[in-house]
Amino acid sequence: MAGLATVFGSGAMTNSMPEIENNDLLFVIGSNTTETHPIIGLKMKKAFRKGAKLIVADPRKIDLVRFADLWLRQRPGTDVALLNSIMHVILREGLEDTEFINTWTDDFESFRGSLAEFTPETGERITGVPKEKIIQAALLYGNAERPGIYYTMGITQHTHGTENVYAIANLALMTGNLGKESTGVNPLRGQNNVQGATDMGCTPNMYPGYQRVDVPAVKEKFEREWNVRLSEKVGLTATEMLQAITNGSLKAMYIMGENPVLSDPDMGHTIKALKELDLLVVQDIFMTETAELADVVLPAASFAEKDGTFTNTERRVQRVRRAVNSPGEAKRDSAIIAELSRLFGYDMTYHSDEAVFREIGRLWPATAGISYRRIRKIGVQWPCPTPDHPGTQYLFKGGFPRGKGRFTAVSYRPSAEVPDNEYPYILSTGRQLFQYHTGTMTRKTSAIETVAPGPYVEMNDEDAQGLAVEDGQKVRVSSRRGSIEVSAHVSEKTLRGMVFIPFHFKEAAANVLTNPATDPVCSIPEFKVCAVKIESL
Amino acid sequence: MAQSDETKKKVVVRVCIGTGGLAAGGKEVIEAFKKAISDFCVDIELDFTCHYQKVGCRGFCARDVLVDVVDGDTSVTYQGIKPDIAKRIVQEHLINGQPVKEWLIDDSYYSFHSKQMKVLLKDCGTIDPEDIQAYSKVGGYTGIRKILSTMTPEDVIAEIKASGIRGRGGAGFPTGVKWEACRKAQGDVKYIVCNADEGDPGAFMDRSIIEGNPHSVIEGMMIAAYAIGAGLGYVYIRAEYPAAVERLKLAIAQAHETGHLGKGLFGSDFSFDLRIKLGAGAFVCGEETALIASIEGERGMPRAKPPFPVHRGLWGRPTVINNVETLSNIPYIIRNGASWYSSIGTDKSKGTKVFALTGKIRNTGLIEVPMGIRLGEIIYDIGGGIIGDKKFKAVQLGGPSGGCIPDHLLDTPVTYEDIVRTGAIVGSGGMVVLDETDCMVNIAKFFLEFTQAESCGKCVPCRIGTKRLLEILDRITRGLGKEGDIELLEALCSDIKVASLCGLGQTAPNPVLSTLKYFRHEYEAHIKDKKCPAKACKDLLIYSILEDICKGCGVCKRACPAGAISGDKKKPHKINADLCIRCGACFDVCKFNSVNRE
Amino acid sequence: MIKLMIDGKTLSVPDGTTVLDAARRFHINIPTLCHHPKLTPFGGCRLCLVEIKGIPRPVTSCTTPAAEGMEVTTTSPNLESLRKTVLELILSDHPNDCMICERAGDCTLQELAYFYGIRKNRFSGERRTYSKRDGNPFIERDMEKCILCGRCVKVCDEVEGVAAIDFAYRGFKSKICPPYEKDLNCEFCGQCVAVCPTGALTGKAWKQRGRQKDVREVDTTCAYCGCGCSLTLHVQGNEVIRVTSREDTLNEGWLCVKGRFGYNFINSPERLKKPLIRKDGKLEEASWETALDYVAGRLKDVRDKYGPNAIAGLSSARCTNEENYLFQKFIRGVIGTNNVDHCARY
Ligand SMILES: Cc1cc2nc3c(=O)[nH]c(=O)nc-3n(C[C@H](O)[C@H](O)[C@H](O)COP(=O)(O)O)c2cc1C
Ligand code: SF4
Ligand code: SF4
Repeated sequence: MAGLATVFGSGAMTNSMPEIENNDLLFVIGSNTTETHPIIGLKMKKAFRKGAKLIVADPRKIDLVRFADLWLRQRPGTDVALLNSIMHVILREGLEDTEFINTWTDDFESFRGSLAEFTPETGERITGVPKEKIIQAALLYGNAERPGIYYTMGITQHTHGTENVYAIANLALMTGNLGKESTGVNPLRGQNNVQGATDMGCTPNMYPGYQRVDVPAVKEKFEREWNVRLSEKVGLTATEMLQAITNGSLKAMYIMGENPVLSDPDMGHTIKALKELDLLVVQDIFMTETAELADVVLPAASFAEKDGTFTNTERRVQRVRRAVNSPGEAKRDSAIIAELSRLFGYDMTYHSDEAVFREIGRLWPATAGISYRRIRKIGVQWPCPTPDHPGTQYLFKGGFPRGKGRFTAVSYRPSAEVPDNEYPYILSTGRQLFQYHTGTMTRKTSAIETVAPGPYVEMNDEDAQGLAVEDGQKVRVSSRRGSIEVSAHVSEKTLRGMVFIPFHFKEAAANVLTNPATDPVCSIPEFKVCAVKIESL
Repeated sequence: MAQSDETKKKVVVRVCIGTGGLAAGGKEVIEAFKKAISDFCVDIELDFTCHYQKVGCRGFCARDVLVDVVDGDTSVTYQGIKPDIAKRIVQEHLINGQPVKEWLIDDSYYSFHSKQMKVLLKDCGTIDPEDIQAYSKVGGYTGIRKILSTMTPEDVIAEIKASGIRGRGGAGFPTGVKWEACRKAQGDVKYIVCNADEGDPGAFMDRSIIEGNPHSVIEGMMIAAYAIGAGLGYVYIRAEYPAAVERLKLAIAQAHETGHLGKGLFGSDFSFDLRIKLGAGAFVCGEETALIASIEGERGMPRAKPPFPVHRGLWGRPTVINNVETLSNIPYIIRNGASWYSSIGTDKSKGTKVFALTGKIRNTGLIEVPMGIRLGEIIYDIGGGIIGDKKFKAVQLGGPSGGCIPDHLLDTPVTYEDIVRTGAIVGSGGMVVLDETDCMVNIAKFFLEFTQAESCGKCVPCRIGTKRLLEILDRITRGLGKEGDIELLEALCSDIKVASLCGLGQTAPNPVLSTLKYFRHEYEAHIKDKKCPAKACKDLLIYSILEDICKGCGVCKRACPAGAISGDKKKPHKINADLCIRCGACFDVCKFNSVNRE
Repeated sequence: MIKLMIDGKTLSVPDGTTVLDAARRFHINIPTLCHHPKLTPFGGCRLCLVEIKGIPRPVTSCTTPAAEGMEVTTTSPNLESLRKTVLELILSDHPNDCMICERAGDCTLQELAYFYGIRKNRFSGERRTYSKRDGNPFIERDMEKCILCGRCVKVCDEVEGVAAIDFAYRGFKSKICPPYEKDLNCEFCGQCVAVCPTGALTGKAWKQRGRQKDVREVDTTCAYCGCGCSLTLHVQGNEVIRVTSREDTLNEGWLCVKGRFGYNFINSPERLKKPLIRKDGKLEEASWETALDYVAGRLKDVRDKYGPNAIAGLSSARCTNEENYLFQKFIRGVIGTNNVDHCARY
């Protein structure tokens, strides 16, 4: 989300879920919304029933395509070219919002020049999307009154993910489609509390509330509140941590509730690195693949066993409530942290979970107006600075936090690893409806296991024919980093030359294959494109 | 010297190829005539040329195949013609000039027609339905030409209103009023739909019109489209009417080829096109909102009204749905004027109505009568009375939504108001005559079985209510009726009528209510005395052999499938009541009437 | 705005409001079974019939738009007797199963039978019986209890956009089923279960786990994707036995298969229950005290030897805000490094 933050000064969904149904155009790019965000998918379907037009840009024939007025089937990794050529047409047709550009943005003229080369013809050559459809998309988006753009990992999980996000931001800026109800740019967060974890400063460069660790005034504020000395050196990102282990500078890790072995790219490398640590502490509710490598495993409480808040993808802070007691001796994460802290001689006991929340509010004004009482029934969306503030339904009404929105010229750049003779197929990884993430939770429900029992590779029927692979047959999928055996799901769903593997299944983990190359700005690995080969077994 | 063909006189052989005619072999009869003629040609030179004309149903289906031989001004009609008779007619009549007596129509044919008034059925039985020219020759498509050049849509609506025509699909809603509502409804796109679902068991008026004169329906739809502002029409026709569907397709194709359908018709800027939508044969799909759902590709289930189709119909657009017969009347009204039409019939019920006359009556078939004719005239003058020496009991009108009208009300004029007053409805035109051997509880049960099976299942009173009605009727006919059943029937009937969503459920109790009204004693006899006065409910019958008449021939013993009859030859036989399955085989076979049934 | 009169009260409602909604806005109760506020009106159950002055027959209030000057009567001996007939008819084709029905106490039909005091039924006769059980793993479809209100059909089509089920057959034999009466094979969102007013649709996993008595309801937020749906956990003893969602929430009561049916992990026997410490290559159980002392000791060792930046923490997008806050506070404030991230911040 660094991309959006750079452009607008804040990186989150600019609109909220109830606004979706009032879009008159939805442009869904790189998001299999109905499977990864089913309820947002429902709102989209509702908009569709109310007459909204729908553009889907996705190499896979995802479920939403059924409802789409226009389906752009771009080659994986070519989103920048697609978006730039759409913008090219918008300028050509004069559909940009000059008034908005003049009032609210910088750098438009130099940006305009950067689009010149992206004619629809060039767009077609790079993306494989027919130029007529590119033009149609531009007309639909450019003429819409309340268009919303929605994207997920299909945009961000690339080595040029940040550039993809810039391109989307450019599109919204040049058409003035921001800062209004049911009009905006909406990255959909994958997990229940990614938004919250980011808000809370679980990032190496920011304190809670997007306050930079390397700004002395900020540091001092936190030192005062916490009554400690703090470092102003930006820390390591998750991907950098693994590199730091390999080069010997990182010796101990404390992992709370994550399973990087399955969720990080290049699993072989992840395991090797974690094994090199002097100390690995894993705190989780299950014996995950990561926990199996740990020196100490601490049993934690599940969401049903604790109080607190989650912040959903539209910045809404909502209550989590304890319903049952934890099994055995499992403890709430906060209790474990407090206990550890005490052993370090620092007192981190709070008399309630809400006391923690209030401390957050003191340090980050955007949540200062939220109390547990206020969100008893329905959550409140930050920013909400005071108790009488209603919360913020959509962002950038009347301006951007950083003053003006900034255009950032981006050019098309191929993915880090592209298919070649040896590894001729593009592999994209992602989720499917029934399972979730690394499967630690969903795979404990037997009914879910019945309908989504195991790993598979989705491949195009014509490709399969060429390889003499039949539906249901076992194949070996290999990349430069490893290989797995899975059964083939043959259909027209994926584009020719592309395969898709869900990453939920440890028995054939997709991340054995993926490329750990990351986006230079925000370190997101390129889960959506790597080169593989397929052999029938 | 051979006469040239042009100078020879023309003889026309007209053969009925309605569904009845086809089933009786109409096409084969034509072929037989052709073959006979060409066989004769080999030997002698004929002094005439023979032309063949296929025509639609002319009503008297009991006597199919009907053949007219038209020679100059004289026309002779034959009935019950089979292919093998064609040769005789050619030889004796065409060549020798002597009509074949034994196949000539008899008096009943004349009495059948005497009180009828044929407006729709006239062309239906005389023109070739597979030829658009035939329709044009009798004035077809002059109505639409007339309005396109001289009338505004409002004029057309005023004319239709002035004619007083009411919908023939069952409810009798004034057609002009319906059109006007649709004309006034907001919407840039509107539709006209022809309801040719004709689901009433035994009814075949609409089918006959489409088979016999499809262009009159097309022209009627065009006029309606012009009046309401529609550019596209649908004919919703049941797939079980293959001949009608084919004929309609052919008619539409011919209309397209000859510029009678399409863009800018007859030099105006009016455009109209037609689509056919086949129905899957559910009775409820004739209900207009269900019909709309069905055209839209959904399950044919009625929707609540309001909103009415004239405001929100097909695909949510203002839509007029009219019955085939209604639409077919329209060109004649436009052609001959509203005052001509309104001169037929009574004060509130104008024009003619087509009925399908069936049941225990001599002359069955399709009839067209002026509104206001009395029921008795239809049954005795047109229908020729009851078959055999049985007594008339009732006439059922309106099919499953209608009711039974007894003897003492045969003076009732056939008008919407008068018929409703009896507890029946004019309906779409089914008319079934019942005699003394028909059990009225059974009749009610028959119609209930139909409606129950055809209920769409959407609403509770209809789906479950009619099932419970049926179960009560069933137990009454099986001798298991209980004290209080009649009252329960009445209470349930009235609730179903009020509480059901669509016309199907709202009218489903009518057959029960009207039989209860006039034949309550039959219900009581079943329940209290365990007797069926009509001797139709077999579970209530007791068979016995009258010893004094029995000759001991043994025929009954052999006929009995249950082995319930015993007795020595030449000695009186006996029926074992425990074994008897009440099939009546003995009763039917006994030559001496010695089997007693009560 | 439209002014109309219901049961003698004059009310104002926005254009397009149905008579039923108008009445409900003003707390005038009209019984319904097939109506669902989030779905298009159906008009099938006929319970919501009302009398409107000038219209000869009662009409369903759920389908009739309120109109200016309308005079509506929602209750009269006649209407109540019609409603009673309708209920009796439904009950005459309904298993007398309340004793063992999952939905007892939470069933609209049962509730209406109670309010109308239907103990004796004037009607009896054949009941629909079905021997085949739908083999799908999530949703029990007991079609003998189905009253054909059509809510499930509508929600599947209108909300989920899947249309996995529809009405089939006609007359008394009418039935809701997937095409060709195959086993249900769909997204298993369970929206149909949520809207079913009777015990016809329930979760297979709910069976005999508890109904209303001694079951607590706890409102919380889903722990799966970023939509953040509101969940209501139904708790019997120390076990989550069922998950539902309230209608007046962000997600309008709709959930996906994971949120609605994926709760078994909470009670899974595989849950970690004791701290484990690796000894001789194997993870062995230990007390909390030992485990935490060990962790703190080892972390201090590393920090002393290599400095705080040799330590890193990975936090979780699954944990609460408070926990994430405390975690980074611990890493930053106690360990003394900014090496803190979470795996899935993309
Ligand atoms: C259960 C039911 C079945 C019906 N079937 C037919 C039908 O088969 N043909 C028909 O024309 N009208 C049928 N109707 C009447 C139509 O709903 C509608 O009133 C009629 O088509 C209107 O045309 P009209 O105004 O020309 O009569 C039926 C009505 C009901 C309630
Ligand atoms: S009355 Fe019968 S046919 Fe009509 S909607 Fe109700 S169930 Fe269906
Ligand atoms: S299963 Fe439930 S929701 Fe569906 S029609 Fe039957 S009673 Fe209604």
